[in-house]
Amino acid sequence: MDIFTVKPVILWTDLMLWLLVISITAFLFSLRSNPESRDQWRQVFSSRLGMATFIIILSYITLALIDSLHFRKPLPPAAGQNPETTYYSNKVHSVLDLILGEMGERKERSYSEPFALKSFTKENMTNEQGQTYRDYPDLEHAGSHLENKAEHHRDLLWQSLIGLTKGLLFGVILCALMKGTTRSSSLPWGTAMTTILVICMLLGWLLHVGNLYHILGTDRAGNDTLYDSIKGIRTGVLIGTLATLIMMPIAITLGICAGYFKGWVDDTVQYLYTTLSSIPGILLIAAAILQFQVFIDLNPGFFEVGLEKADARFLGLCFILGITSWAGLCRLLRAETLKISQLPYVQAAHAFGVSHIRVIRQHILPNVMHIILITFVLDFSGLVLAEAVLSYIGVGVDSSMPSWGNMINLARSELSQEPVVWWNLVGAFFFMFTLVLAANLFSDLVNEAFNPKNRQERAQ
Amino acid sequence: MFAYIIRRLLYAIPILVGVNLITFVLFFVVNSPEDVARAHLGEKYVTPQAIENWVHEKGYNHPLMYNADADGLNRITDTIFYQKSLKLFTLDFGQADDGRDIATDVLTRMGPSLALAIPTFVIGIWINICVALIVVMFRATHLDKAAVALFVSLMSISGLFYIIGGQYMVATLWRLVPISGFEPGAMAWKFLILPVVIGVISGIGLGARWYRTLFLETVDQDFVRTARAKGVSELGVLFHHVLPNALLPILTGVVVVIPSLFMGSLLMEAFFGIPGLGSYMLDAIRAQDFAIVRTMVFVGSVLYILGLILTDISYTMADPRVRLN
Repeated sequence: MDIFTVKPVILWTDLMLWLLVISITAFLFSLRSNPESRDQWRQVFSSRLGMATFIIILSYITLALIDSLHFRKPLPPAAGQNPETTYYSNKVHSVLDLILGEMGERKERSYSEPFALKSFTKENMTNEQGQTYRDYPDLEHAGSHLENKAEHHRDLLWQSLIGLTKGLLFGVILCALMKGTTRSSSLPWGTAMTTILVICMLLGWLLHVGNLYHILGTDRAGNDTLYDSIKGIRTGVLIGTLATLIMMPIAITLGICAGYFKGWVDDTVQYLYTTLSSIPGILLIAAAILQFQVFIDLNPGFFEVGLEKADARFLGLCFILGITSWAGLCRLLRAETLKISQLPYVQAAHAFGVSHIRVIRQHILPNVMHIILITFVLDFSGLVLAEAVLSYIGVGVDSSMPSWGNMINLARSELSQEPVVWWNLVGAFFFMFTLVLAANLFSDLVNEAFNPKNRQERAQ
Repeated sequence: MFAYIIRRLLYAIPILVGVNLITFVLFFVVNSPEDVARAHLGEKYVTPQAIENWVHEKGYNHPLMYNADADGLNRITDTIFYQKSLKLFTLDFGQADDGRDIATDVLTRMGPSLALAIPTFVIGIWINICVALIVVMFRATHLDKAAVALFVSLMSISGLFYIIGGQYMVATLWRLVPISGFEPGAMAWKFLILPVVIGVISGIGLGARWYRTLFLETVDQDFVRTARAKGVSELGVLFHHVLPNALLPILTGVVVVIPSLFMGSLLMEAFFGIPGLGSYMLDAIRAQDFAIVRTMVFVGSVLYILGLILTDISYTMADPRVRLN
């Protein structure tokens, strides 16, 4: 396929995720000149746990970014069609789909166990003599390269070795590149390299073997579970980051203004966040999403492909999640600003006739930055978990969008089946648990390093 | 204190009006009642007559905020805002889409919700505090580290997995208790024991970790050292000196949720088939019954504000230094 013939599809969430990652990177680079925050980051990364969890989160974000480059493939020209115009497939692919190869397009008929060659349920089949019998049919896309089915286990071992080696080679190249660009020696680079190598080997194995067998089996509709789990990464990462950041400008502005100007501004802002936080979060989300869905359904003209509809709903979900979690940050910022604006240096700035905007920018904002950062990392894991619950209730992401919540929702009664179908839940569990655990551990370290309360204790 | 409570109650009124305005905007301004009717009745094949009937039947055939056609006070009262939002203040919740009275439904469903929520809440707090105290007893040892790691892992697991996994283990694998359902009266414990146990376990990670941090802040203070110096046993120190002094921050997080227990738990009730308010809300959300959702938003807000007031009152009881004014 010629790369220039595809039609790029830019979704709002794609754009926002890319912008976000670029701006956060730029922001972190701008902090390099500030010795205090450099020390704090050094403290986070000087622990092995911090380094390892950061690299795990980074690899999730990388996969989400690659999955956020969407395009539509051109359809082969139909007979009698004007050769000048090309029509594009309605299915939207991402660059990650290209890397995963055939993994997403190997549909089976129904359930199959991990690494299985045969289907999980018996079906009626006809043999050469025309007789009907019941047996487990062969899977279409698992182990089809095998000439002799008896070699199944040996082949699995052999292909695993190939996949692991590929991943190892890639990891070594990555590590060599990293070694060339880094100078600082006080950080635990050994741990970093080990983590990278392990992740690369795992990915190499998943990619190689995952294209030959169904590593995590298939779900009821015959879709590859591993593929669904990997595609869920983008949704998880997006919801964890966008939901906090969408509302952050408003929360920061209102929180600081309330604490700084006091008086009626303070009263209004307090009224606003008390009102919003007194509404039960789940009901507010449900009501907003239901109404938004009605709006989307009644205005189909706004969206070109189905994915854009799902994307609009997703953006709405991030927005409303941001609104429900906004009050907490606003309250913290208000309290901190109240405290800071009483300090002598702010009073001195007032005495010198410095304008309000300048005081806020120079003296207040830098001193509440740690609160914003800590809130951002602490909220991340909670939002990833919330997505699953919301999808279960039916007010989460669109059911056509791959997400762990949707996977759990579809598989929720599978454990009570006989025989038990466990792999769908395990797939969603593994990918979600790794991300949330890494995020929780990392945010603890960030909190420890940036929270002034902890800093004072350390100084003593 | 009495004057303070009265003032807080008065302050609650503008907040509830604000809540009503928000729900009003969400339910009637974002999409007009006609749009909602169209979505409800099926988008393409719906006649204008059917929409009008639906709107009429639900009582949405009024202007939104101001009725120019009516005269006198009716200009305000013949509006959707008055009929549907302000009437909630008189506890007139109206009817659900299936014609049932919402107020009676809410009252009858409160019982099962409380039967599940109160044991989960009380046992949960008790276990969390005990676990946290034990961990604090072994602070700065490997056991402490391992416990924290366990807590973080436990809180990284989605609540859905606790429920699905617990249901599978206990009810399917061991066949001890029914998997879901409810029966009012004395036999209810059979149906409640599994959700309560699962609810408690799923909260241990977050809860015990939080209490541990609170206790660690108190454990290094001077009065604790004094107590230890005069020969109080480690357990005595923890229960008589650390725990009462860590009570204030505990109250902040705990008292505020007590009134919200009436709302029940959405997930637990849905998975275990308990006919409480949580499953009531879930059914309403799934059926897009906006009258119920609106009512529950109102009830939830009232309970939340009640929780805030209770928190303040409990402060004065736990710490005589706090004065409300």
